Order: sequence, then structure tokens, then C-alpha cells
Amino acid sequence: MIESIDTSLIDWSRAQFALTAMYHWLFVPLTLGLGVIMAIMETIYYKTGKEFWKTTTKFWMKLFGINFAIGVATGIILEFEFGTNWSNYSWFVGDIFGAPLAIEGILAFFMEATFIAVMFFGWDKVSKRFHLTSTWLTIIGATLSALWILIANAWMQFPVGMKFNPDTVRNEMFDFWAVALSPVAINKFFHTVLSGWIMGSVFVLGVSSWFLIKKRDEEFALASIKIGASLGLIASVLIAWTGDGSAYQVAQKQPMKLAAMEGLYQGQKQAGLVAFGILNPEKTSYKNDADAFLVKFQIPYVLSFLAKRDVDGFVPGITDLIEGGYETENGPALSAQEKIAKGKIAILALSDYRKAIKDKDETAMNEHRKVLDANFAYFGYGYIKDPAHLVPNVPMTFYAFRIMVILGGYFILLFLTTTILSIKGTFENKKWLHYICLWTIPLGYIAGEAGWVVAEVGRQPWAIQDILPTSASISKLSTSSVQLTFFLFLILFTILLIAEIGIMLKEIKKGPADTTH
Amino acid sequence: MTLGKTLWLIILIKLFIMFFVLKLFFFPSYLGKFKTTEEKEEHVSSELIDRAINN
Repeated sequence: MIESIDTSLIDWSRAQFALTAMYHWLFVPLTLGLGVIMAIMETIYYKTGKEFWKTTTKFWMKLFGINFAIGVATGIILEFEFGTNWSNYSWFVGDIFGAPLAIEGILAFFMEATFIAVMFFGWDKVSKRFHLTSTWLTIIGATLSALWILIANAWMQFPVGMKFNPDTVRNEMFDFWAVALSPVAINKFFHTVLSGWIMGSVFVLGVSSWFLIKKRDEEFALASIKIGASLGLIASVLIAWTGDGSAYQVAQKQPMKLAAMEGLYQGQKQAGLVAFGILNPEKTSYKNDADAFLVKFQIPYVLSFLAKRDVDGFVPGITDLIEGGYETENGPALSAQEKIAKGKIAILALSDYRKAIKDKDETAMNEHRKVLDANFAYFGYGYIKDPAHLVPNVPMTFYAFRIMVILGGYFILLFLTTTILSIKGTFENKKWLHYICLWTIPLGYIAGEAGWVVAEVGRQPWAIQDILPTSASISKLSTSSVQLTFFLFLILFTILLIAEIGIMLKEIKKGPADTTH
Repeated sequence: MTLGKTLWLIILIKLFIMFFVLKLFFFPSYLGKFKTTEEKEEHVSSELIDRAINN
């Protein structure tokens, strides 16, 4: 008899992946954002020839180097986990997931790795122009790395451009461009990279403000703030736009995630967006009649408009998505039970197809293949025991979304204020604002992590949307072995984080005058 | 120790732990125990089918 998968194994495998990804995500955004800022500074040095800009660039480049050195390769652990903990998933996704990751490794990472050496060690060895080019290529390489990773992630949220092959039990890519240029991938890429630019800007603002508080290196600090605040302002306005695009894609492709983001149980026309709300802890399931909110402040019509581009558009809630029956462009929506039935048909067809291969019965193979193809879009539903399992963690998704959006609004305000004051030349007198900027650094990290939670917790139970749930993706390991590696990572990453903060603080205290490596 | 040497040391220790400790002892390829592609296909298909049946 085959043992069923223990839910604690699923939870620990997810926790381990989340821990690794979230720690990795502490390093990446700063690389993306600070990289652009120091490249802009070096461009100014190249144009003006002023040593001041070279010193300024070198200071931020040193902090970039610390972050890069400590963060580099932390993402590779995710690939270890794919092979060990997520072996069914890894096999099932085949080359679709592998291709973007391979391109990332070969092209983007090597590009980044090659030019980063020139950037750090080539100041006195290559021409100014070649050095500047290397700096820009380093950051372009880092951004391209992010692009391919995000394409792979976007495919999991919106699987396109592939066909399932029951002979190999793998999905095979037939349209690379459908995968690479899917609207989910494009929105995700810009949204994520811009969040990195905001992180870099927040970091530069905060560190520079510390120098102003200490009344040290004020010219350097004010010049850095001007660039950081301007880039931050551009990025924070653009991210609101890409956020709207991402939310629209979620509404079309992952309506359950959107419903969880909004705590929306009953679908509505002219639905309002919850600007602020406290969820009712007694509402633990779509099945009970308790109100979803204890308190909420809604902006009328906005959710319908954002999700459907129509103020009268119907936005399905969690209950509608489970029970089905509401009108969609393709007719009445299927209920969860109907999808589960189709999923079970698809899995049974796979089983029968595999038996037919062994029996070398081509007629039966063709017959079962047709059934499998017709129902494959619901394959993952065949693993769902109870429709309630299709609902992600609503409080976590709802609050993480609000944290991200509220902080996004706060960043626009902060960057706008600092840009105006730094242009007017009065920023240096606003000591209260220096403290705000300094204490905004952790908020930049919190916003980025909250965004990750919305994207990844909100899509549960799916590893691949509608096709494969996490419960079918994981390897049958002992829970204790996953727990052990979870704690090993926790220790390793925490040591790295402490090292990062310690070394950063030491180098920041030395200031821009110290350019020794 | 200079900053550069400290960072190189951290990188080397980190890579050693990742590749020679974690990868080698804690993260073997789960499907690596199957010798042929056909065996891997058979294992994954059985897993995918049985997990749905055992639900």
C-alpha cells in the first residue's frame, strides 16, 4: 500500500522554500537598485571628470560589493531544493522551467560575473569609458538574471506555451516566446525590478541621512540623496502602474488570489477596493456565515474597475469561485467540484495511457490521450480532497497586500518630499526627515518581502496554477530531514545576514573618504 | 584583515558549505537513485497517479 503524503511534510517543504527565497530576496533588491544608482553616479563622473563623483561612486560600489559578495549564490540553494525536495515538480515541468534558468546561468550570470571583476578591480587598469561600460553591464547582467528567474516564476502562475507529454510525464515547451513574453512575466519583471530600485533608493537615502545626522560628509550625502530620491520617485510612481498591471493579470488568471488579497467572499458588481480593513478572525472558512471584516473602509467601484476595467464588472469572491455558476466570457464558471471531477478524469487517463503503453495497445493509447488532453487544464484539481483546500491563507495574503500597497504610497510621498527639498536645497535643515529616511531602510525590505508573500502565498495550493498542487510536487522524504535542513539554512542565512549588517555598518562608519578595499 | 580579503573569505566559506556540505550530504538528487530516464518517468508517473488515488 502506498502511504499518503503527510501534511506536515508539505508544510515543512513549503517553509523551507519560503525561508530560502525570502532570505535570498533580502540581498537581490539592493543589488538591483544600488547598482543602478552607482552606475548613474559613475556616468556623472565620466561626464564631469570630477573626483568627487569618483569617490562617491566608489563608496556606494563598496557597499554594493559587500551585499553582492554575501548574497551571491544564495539562490542556488533553491535549485538544490528543486532536485531534492520538489523532484516530482522538477521532472513534471521539464525544460520549461529549466530553459529560463539555464539562460540565466549561462548568459546573465556570466555577463554579470565577468564585468563585475572589471568594475571592482579595473579602476586604474582600464579606460574610464570601458570601466563605465563594465559597471552598466554588471547591473544589466544582474537585471537579466532577475528577468529569467521571473519568467520561470511567472510560468508557474500562468502556464502557457507548453504541452504535456504523457510518454515522458513532462511538460514540453512548444512556444518559447509565449513563455518569455507572457503578460504575467512582463508585469512581474518590471514590478519586481522597480521594487529593487526603490530598495536601492531607500538605502541611499537612509545611509546618506545618517551622515547628515552625524554632520559628516554632508556634500557627499546631499548629492547622493538627490540621485537616490529622484530614482526612487520615478520607480515608486512606475511601480504603482506595474502593480495595477500585475493585479489585472491576477484578476484574469488567478481570481482566487485576488479574492484572498481583498478578503472578498461574496462576488460583487461595482465592487469596492478595501483601502483599510481588519478581518474577522471568526471567518475561518467560506462555509461559515460570519462577516469577513470587523472593520473596513472601501473605495467604491475601484476593485471592479481595476480587475475588469469596468466599474460595473463582476468580481467573483471565494464562495463564487468554489461554487461556480457566475458568468464569464466563456460561459458559466465551473464549480470546484466540477473541476475536481475533470482533474480526476485527467489523472485516470494518464494512468490508463501508461498501462496502454505497457500493453502496446495503440488504440487505447490514442483514446486515453484524447481524454487526457481534453481535461489536462484541470489536472491539478484531481489532487484536491476538499474544495476548501483551494482557498489560500486569506489573512496572510490580505494583510501582506495592504502592507505592500500602503508602504508603496508612503515611498511616493517620501521620495517626492526629499526630491523637492533636495532641489530647493533645504533638505539638510530637516533633521526630523533625516531620521525618517534612516528608519525607512527596514520598511523597504518589508515591502519587498510582503510582495513576495502576496504572490506566493496567494497562489496556494498551486505549485503550477491549476496543473499541479504543492502536495503532488514534493518528494516523499522524511519530515525530520526537511526540518533539519530548514534549521541548517536558518543558521547559515542568519550568520550571513549578521555578517552583511556588521560589515556594512563598519564600512559606512568609515565614510566615503576611505576608499581602500 | 582588509575588506576585500574578508569578503573573499566569506564567499569561499559559503560556497564550501553550500557545495561540499549541503549539496553533498543533504541535497542529493532525489531522482538520481533511478538509473535510466524510463525509470524516472515511471517513478514520477506512479507518484502522480497514486497521490491522486490516495487522496
